[in-house]
Amino acid sequence: MKSLKLPPWLVLLLPAIIILAAVVLIPLVLSLYSSFTAYKLTRPDSLYRWIGTFNYEKAIGDAKFWAAFGRTVLLLTVALNLEMLFGLGLALMVSKVTRGQRALRTMMMFPMMFSPILVGFQFKFIFNDNVGLVNNALQSLGITDQAIPWLVDGNLAMFSIIFAEVWTATSVFAILILAGLYAIPKDPLEAAKVDGCTAWQSFRYVTLPFLMPFIYIAMAIRSLDVARAYDIVQIMTNGGPARRTELLWTLIGRTGYVDARMGYANAMGYISIFLAIFFTVFFFRKLTAARAELGMGV
Amino acid sequence: MASNAAHRTRRRALKWLHFFGLFLAMMVLCVPGLWVVLNSFRPTVEIMAKPPVWIPNELNLDHYRAMFGGVGEGGVPVLTYFRNSLIISVTSTVIALLVGMSGGYAFARFRFKGKAWIFVGLMCTRAVPGVALSLPLFIIFARVGIIDTHFGMILTYVAMNVPFTIWLIDGFFRQIPPSLAEAAQIDGCTRWQAFWQVEFPVAKAGIASAGIFAFLTSWNEYALASQLTRSVTSKTMPVGLLDFQAEFTLNWGGMCALAVLMIIPALILTFLVQKHLIAGLTFGGVKG
Repeated sequence: MKSLKLPPWLVLLLPAIIILAAVVLIPLVLSLYSSFTAYKLTRPDSLYRWIGTFNYEKAIGDAKFWAAFGRTVLLLTVALNLEMLFGLGLALMVSKVTRGQRALRTMMMFPMMFSPILVGFQFKFIFNDNVGLVNNALQSLGITDQAIPWLVDGNLAMFSIIFAEVWTATSVFAILILAGLYAIPKDPLEAAKVDGCTAWQSFRYVTLPFLMPFIYIAMAIRSLDVARAYDIVQIMTNGGPARRTELLWTLIGRTGYVDARMGYANAMGYISIFLAIFFTVFFFRKLTAARAELGMGV
Repeated sequence: MASNAAHRTRRRALKWLHFFGLFLAMMVLCVPGLWVVLNSFRPTVEIMAKPPVWIPNELNLDHYRAMFGGVGEGGVPVLTYFRNSLIISVTSTVIALLVGMSGGYAFARFRFKGKAWIFVGLMCTRAVPGVALSLPLFIIFARVGIIDTHFGMILTYVAMNVPFTIWLIDGFFRQIPPSLAEAAQIDGCTRWQAFWQVEFPVAKAGIASAGIFAFLTSWNEYALASQLTRSVTSKTMPVGLLDFQAEFTLNWGGMCALAVLMIIPALILTFLVQKHLIAGLTFGGVKG
């Protein structure tokens, strides 16, 4: 085997590359191929009927697809921003606590331990219009005497889904920002104090720039997760009522499995994967820029 | 001294505001979860009661008893699911960490052509959601004959976790100055020994935090598991959750009981390593 000498970095990367090729790349190539065919789950032989870019053209001309696309971008923007704000607030509050921080940190991470599917079921029940926790509380407190149809009304359903997403993922932001707060060097903050900065000024011009890399990492991780949001929405509303909460992947899942039009579903899938990659590259760029600003190198 | 007193009141007000805000935030974070735990101990009649019963009249273990009971009484093979979940999650986490360590080491210590592109390529594999992979994987796994086996699930989860573990571990290794390992090599260690005796112990905290992320991902994953597992031989707990859902009804109490079983291991693990988690993220995050 002496003749076949690979450079050491390749040997070290080889296991990762082999596994990813087997489990991610090959299926992706298969689905890329099928996106150019009229593949239907119910008729396996249709896998060999090449129809060119027909599926892509159909997806681009499909209003339902663009509606789901827009809704996914909306969810991404609203959820990420809310998570960032709440996570920042939570991390700042926890970092100021002097005693019992360990317990608080564990409590803070509580939602992270919930499986997305469990979160879906949990909020489906909490927002249930008849016996849900929210409506029960509102009615017992006398705020309203009607049952609010949280998951039945289109706008309220979207709100409920955003609530569930924010609930699960605020802790991801909080934990990363908290890690950033612990890592801030003390000198610049003290210098700011000596120079007579107010609390707000030293937060805005010293603390926040230092936290930005952490925020962008969290954004990069989460934008991937939200762009492929499936479990929570699938369980809570299943894209309903009347497609008002249909997101990209619930639409794709339904087209692929329920309507059995796998080729078409894969074509839409490819467009959405590019959306996710776009957001990730965007946040990675921001991350690199924020790091460079702090002089930490890349 | 009026300004002094005003200052003091403001401080006290801020302190109360801080306490109140923290309390409110923790309430929002914990109540939905605690509600699940509470409901697992309440009889179904009380969960569904209208008008609602706020103070539980009776708490019992009926849902747990039914769950562990026979098939006829609404029993679910929980212990088998639990064992499947544990085997699959632990094995895949360990393998993902080993693969991640070797890959992360390669990124941190070697310079080679196309490094940035290989890195971005690895990250992009994470953009592919489970739903998109499940059908092609199902077809391939069925061909190869590893559908509905532990091996198939472990393989899938390793692939899911590897990009993230490589990314985190790469950051931790970069923190360690290369001179440390070089010194050990001058003292007569091989590169292999230098890695295990010098670099590995330093990066241990970071590796632990990558491990917990990998474990939680595998432990909670649903979209792929629901397609690639068919029977009790490999079904995991998130898939088992759906056993409580019939056509039009939902055994909410039973579901809560299973959910509690799912959360306990994750909770224990997170509590044990959370200190390392913060340290690890601080490392890998900024300077990675």
